[in-house]
Amino acid sequence: MDYKDYYKVLGVEREATQDDIKRAYRKLARKYHPDVNKEADAESKFKDAGEAYEVLKDPEKRAAYDQLGANWQAGQDFRPPPGWDSGFEFSGGGYTEADQEAFSDFFESLFGQARSGRTRYQGSREFHAPGQDHHARIEIALKDAYEGATRQIGLHAPQVDPAGHVSVKDRTIKVTIPKGILPGQHIRLAGQGTPGIGKGRAGDLYLEVAFKPERGFSIDGRDVYMDLPITPWEAALGGKVKAPTPSGSVELSISRNARSGQKLRLKGRGLPAKPAGDLYAVLQIVTPPADTPQAREIYEKMARELDFNPRSK
Amino acid sequence: MAKKSAEAVPSELIEALTLAELCRSCSVRADWIIELVEEGILEPTGREPSAWRFTATSIRRTRTAWRLQHDLGVNRAGIAVALNLMDEREQLYIRLQRGER
Repeated sequence: MDYKDYYKVLGVEREATQDDIKRAYRKLARKYHPDVNKEADAESKFKDAGEAYEVLKDPEKRAAYDQLGANWQAGQDFRPPPGWDSGFEFSGGGYTEADQEAFSDFFESLFGQARSGRTRYQGSREFHAPGQDHHARIEIALKDAYEGATRQIGLHAPQVDPAGHVSVKDRTIKVTIPKGILPGQHIRLAGQGTPGIGKGRAGDLYLEVAFKPERGFSIDGRDVYMDLPITPWEAALGGKVKAPTPSGSVELSISRNARSGQKLRLKGRGLPAKPAGDLYAVLQIVTPPADTPQAREIYEKMARELDFNPRSK
Repeated sequence: MAKKSAEAVPSELIEALTLAELCRSCSVRADWIIELVEEGILEPTGREPSAWRFTATSIRRTRTAWRLQHDLGVNRAGIAVALNLMDEREQLYIRLQRGER
């Protein structure tokens, strides 16, 4: 188990006052809150700060932690010395209000295991409570929304046995993704959350649907935007081009003197919800490289004969 | 994909939620949702709370609002500002992906 330097996590001195600690925590919490900060490591930094604050904000826990000494380095292999916490009483129990499941082994070795609210009711036969609902995110491909799909997902879900003990069990379930689903929509899997206690019903599992980013495609509500690469001569002369779309290949008319960034709307070819969205093909003019004598010759001819300077207005 | 046999479970696409369903799915109290509606953070259709219907995206909005209040101590007006800025950021991100300026 790795030693955690809670002072370092919050960026404060060991002599910091309780006010300094509170301020430092608030600042980090605002900066790394996963709703606010979209960086990949924001959530773990937010949790680390929460754990550090959980210990340092509480004078009893802080004093006990300080007693371990200042010579430990973050990441160093750590085992609490026997009887290290004698003389301390953690009146708030191991945990107070922060997310109980988020804390590290290091924290648990010092301040005890999460005390689930459920275990309190152990032995009380007449107790019934509904299970908790769970929320998860599922990433689907654009194709899945156009065609519908079946996906397997692994669940890592707590189970409660009749005596009220909580354990974590892994299982795999199969979920149907309906055709026409939109980003931000939710699929409810009734009874797939935490089982209830006694006669309480099981909680539900809610899956929030998000789309996997795909190169050349973006989604806005029910509309889909698709990059459509075209040649300079297709853009200049106009004409028909064949374009692959998520719902099959279509023929598109390019108007003469088309520009990069121009959008062609294909009504009803966006996400097949009710009503269906539109598909926009966004023109991207791609110039061929001058890597053969012929290509160079053509470019040189254009340079000589066309009076064109995109920098002069 | 794993070859392990997977149990097929019935699923249901959430189209619109009542006040009670939204409370249940987000594990929050009705009076707190009512406060969010009063602040204009959630905009259900229907006049009376008993007739309110929320879109499925309200689940995410409600949960984010709850975390902002619970984790950071943001008040209702602050939640409204933060959610608007988050929406704006989302829109900008979509436009960025499209290569627009």
